[in-house]
Amino acid sequence: MKRTIFRNQLLPWLLLAPQLAITFIFFIWPAAQAVWQSFLREDAFGMKSTFVGMANYWRLLDSPEYLNSLQVTAVFAVSVTILSMGFSLLLAVAVDRMIRSAQTYTTLLVWPYAVAPAVAGILWWFIFNPTIGILPYLLDQVGYNWNHISDKGDAMLLVVIASAWKQISYNFLFFVAGLQSIPASLREAAAIDGAGPVKRFFTITLPLISPTTFFLLVVNIVYAMFDTFAVIDSTTEGGPAQATNIMVYKVYFDGFVGQNLGSSGAQSVILMLIVIALTVIQFRWVEKKVEY
Amino acid sequence: MIENRPGLNLLAHLVLILGVAIVAMPVWIAFVASTHTATDFSSGTIPMWPGPHLIENYSRMLDSGLSTSGTPPVGMMMLNSLVMALMIAIGKIIISVLSAFAIVYFRFPLRNLAFWCIFITLMLPVEVRIVPTFQVVAGLGLLNSYAGLSIPLIASATATFLFRQVFLTIPDELTEAARIDGAGPMKFFRDILLPLSRTNIAALFVILFIYGWNQYLWPLLVTTDSSYYTIVAGIKRMADAVDGLPQWHLVMATAVMAMLPPVAVVIAMQKLFVKGLVETEK
Repeated sequence: MKRTIFRNQLLPWLLLAPQLAITFIFFIWPAAQAVWQSFLREDAFGMKSTFVGMANYWRLLDSPEYLNSLQVTAVFAVSVTILSMGFSLLLAVAVDRMIRSAQTYTTLLVWPYAVAPAVAGILWWFIFNPTIGILPYLLDQVGYNWNHISDKGDAMLLVVIASAWKQISYNFLFFVAGLQSIPASLREAAAIDGAGPVKRFFTITLPLISPTTFFLLVVNIVYAMFDTFAVIDSTTEGGPAQATNIMVYKVYFDGFVGQNLGSSGAQSVILMLIVIALTVIQFRWVEKKVEY
Repeated sequence: MIENRPGLNLLAHLVLILGVAIVAMPVWIAFVASTHTATDFSSGTIPMWPGPHLIENYSRMLDSGLSTSGTPPVGMMMLNSLVMALMIAIGKIIISVLSAFAIVYFRFPLRNLAFWCIFITLMLPVEVRIVPTFQVVAGLGLLNSYAGLSIPLIASATATFLFRQVFLTIPDELTEAARIDGAGPMKFFRDILLPLSRTNIAALFVILFIYGWNQYLWPLLVTTDSSYYTIVAGIKRMADAVDGLPQWHLVMATAVMAMLPPVAVVIAMQKLFVKGLVETEK
């Protein structure tokens, strides 16, 4: 709170006007539309729509396709989070040991942040291309027949790897910052008491970076659920047989390709509720930032 | 360093070198593929080392593009991406710095409501409300225009919060001194607040430029006229078109060019980038 303020009454509204106008026209109004559409059902020709109450929601929760999408989203988000955070933590712990070369390694590891998810998808799609890709060729040598166009598991693995790869630099930077904030005296004390590197990692380092870990957990889940649309669309497009049809992709597909506005609206509302829940969790974490 | 364990240091170096190799591998392969011709892939797998067709492939894509896929020349798409990224980054910074100034330095009715309206945009990512937002933009006649590409994306709660935090740390004495000297609010804003937040603006610009350049779903929907295609959205149209006939060397050349500007920004301004990344998450 500022003690010294300016007394104008009109000026603050003029300053806020552009932000508020864009927020109303492109955020709040469309969101309200989505909520409204979720209670309507259009007839086959899109000529008139009738109010159907919660019917779109009940129908969604009854639909095996939607339940499958929920499950796919959960598997996808958890896999991306674990793979990306695990790999990044390993790299961050290694960099934390370095003195002179830390900066060089960091530079070499941060740039994937700047690669667009769509481009990341295309790159991995190419590497895993069943006929000319390098990885299917290597997998073939050990007797595995890779095919993400027909095999559900392979397709899921492909989008998980592409999405996790893109997120490594972000997690890495935050883990390094978390590790560097641990006072050296704590680890020294443990070392004098005879704790080896492995023991020190699990009893000191890991508990002390738990605020960072928790924060990254939320950020990565949000990333995997909402920012990976481009990865899916540039690679599998939800296939094969719905195996990678995550919720944001299904909203888009049902709304634009399927033209089912009621169902798409209901799915939008469910997703909004999930984002709200995750945002609340994230902000509560910021408030209660654990200090040692 | 707590104890000197050469074995562990060696292991750490190994882990990092392997990590860097895994992280860089996709880009290396894309680069290698972009320096060959289509016939080089027909033997089975792609080669491991760059070939002699680098300049040929890149200049072909920059000048004329892949006409069979209906996408314009890459040079034109990169220009569109640049315009969109700059409009998004600069637009977000301008409207956020203004609204943060209003919220921190003024007391007016409904101030909290205005704050909450901005906050709520955090919870409404474009992917979630995509159909109605598209209808609004179509209704306003903004399809196939730079305005339609950028304006719907420039509301920003994160940037507003960032500037709010920055302004809150600026001592009240400065404001008092400015007022005693007879400076009005806008003069104070221009001559004191903006210069003091210069590094924050620069750091935020790096993050927002990357955000803008990498937009995918939105440009894909609002551009049907190929002269407005952006490179990140255009590359998918290209990959779709060539899936039948193997033109991967040209698609990979485009992918490399799509990555180049944002990656160059991150590497050249690494300090600002890290600052921006950490600050926007607070």
